[in-house]
Amino acid sequence: MPDAGLPLLAVRGLNTWYGESHVLHGVDFDVHAGEVVTLLGRNGAGKTTTLKSIMGMVSRRAGSVRLEGIELIGWPSNRIARLGIAICPEERGIFASLNVEENLLLPPQVRPGGLGVSAIFDLFPNLGERLRSQGTKLSGGEQQMLAIGRILRTGARLLLLDEPTEGLAPVIVQQIGATIRRLKAEGFTILLVEQNFRFAATVADRHYVMEHGRVVDVVANEALEASMDRLHAYLGV
Amino acid sequence: MMGAFVAWYLLQYLGLGYWPALLVAPIVIGLFGVALERLLLKRLYGLDHLYGLLLTFGLALIIQGLFRNRFGSSGLPYAIPSQLAGGHNLGFMFLPNYRGWVIVFSLAVCLGTWYVIERTKLGSYLRAATENPALVQAFGVNVPRMITLTYGFGVALAALAGVLAAPIYQVNPLMGADLIIVVFAVVVIGGMGSIMGSIVTGFLLGIVEGLTKVFYPEASNTVIFVVMALVLLVRPAGLFGRAP
Repeated sequence: MPDAGLPLLAVRGLNTWYGESHVLHGVDFDVHAGEVVTLLGRNGAGKTTTLKSIMGMVSRRAGSVRLEGIELIGWPSNRIARLGIAICPEERGIFASLNVEENLLLPPQVRPGGLGVSAIFDLFPNLGERLRSQGTKLSGGEQQMLAIGRILRTGARLLLLDEPTEGLAPVIVQQIGATIRRLKAEGFTILLVEQNFRFAATVADRHYVMEHGRVVDVVANEALEASMDRLHAYLGV
Repeated sequence: MMGAFVAWYLLQYLGLGYWPALLVAPIVIGLFGVALERLLLKRLYGLDHLYGLLLTFGLALIIQGLFRNRFGSSGLPYAIPSQLAGGHNLGFMFLPNYRGWVIVFSLAVCLGTWYVIERTKLGSYLRAATENPALVQAFGVNVPRMITLTYGFGVALAALAGVLAAPIYQVNPLMGADLIIVVFAVVVIGGMGSIMGSIVTGFLLGIVEGLTKVFYPEASNTVIFVVMALVLLVRPAGLFGRAP
């Protein structure tokens, strides 16, 4: 298990609203440095909103989000990013008016120690061959690799990945799984949103289960087999 | 229009001629644009674009009215700089030197702007932020500041156009308003969001309008809108626009 000291990311009593609708009702969880942690849950449980709230991409939130003890609530997202958090959004967010290279180089470096461009092509060889293509002309899998690859350059240590396997072919899902394990080995900390807990089980240390805008359970990856019935009940699969 | 008036003020009260005005007027008016964006426009971003249009159109009418109240609408003369006086006979037509300069200089500014937006890192931020500002900001880019500066730059370009136009049209409170409808037509024909489209269309339409003035003067005011209607029939996204 990772160190039991101060967590890298500590979320306490996080509440978020979209206009009048109250989406998160007090989310609590921790992510320690070097861990891969997933948020599991059905559609609408608040997983994506949790990632966006950590990143500061929602208009109204309350509670506490601390990165190494620094309180992030109330900060604009560009300042939060500069502390070393990067997001790979669910819709991937590849820009149509930019080519692959421009998409890859878009996020500014926030800290030293990010992967070099050649290391990213090492992970995702397809990207290197299509640098001049329009970003959105790539296949779904390639777009996902581009969306992950571009945040590895920035030097961010905490990566927020929102359903990176959604809608992709099994062989691509395996490749993304291998990438996540390799990133973990290189010391990245990853908070992963997943619907597919079979995939999550192959990469993660711990799983938080979300329901109706709260974290309702936590399962260590080793205990996953034993907790299958419980998870099935939560996720309705 | 304000750019032209700044040039006129500079000459009248500070003795600064055309060349310094080409630099100073865009800076002064650009800063005015920045203040406008910070104080007023910024508050409207959460709303429908229509409110922004209403606000800026209203402001334009007010500012225009104030200038008209002060200067009347007959226009103040602004001399062509002595270096560009005269003209050349090109054989088929007579080209005043100043007009030639405006064409060359404005082409250079257009291509420079196009290069910055399409080929530089700053331009990739601008294009990306047009598509998805929230995500660009979440990568660590100060998008609100970028919007303010971009707006200021756009306003400065308009002021630059005002200074360029001053010796041709005279300095007149209505010189901007006369152009605005044509500018809308240029953007629609070129294709929304396409810089190159606006540049090419702007120059082409200028030529079309000029030729119409020579061969069939009665139609010179309408020809642009006829072209716009035809283009919209054939290519609703504009000549260079990407289909939505």
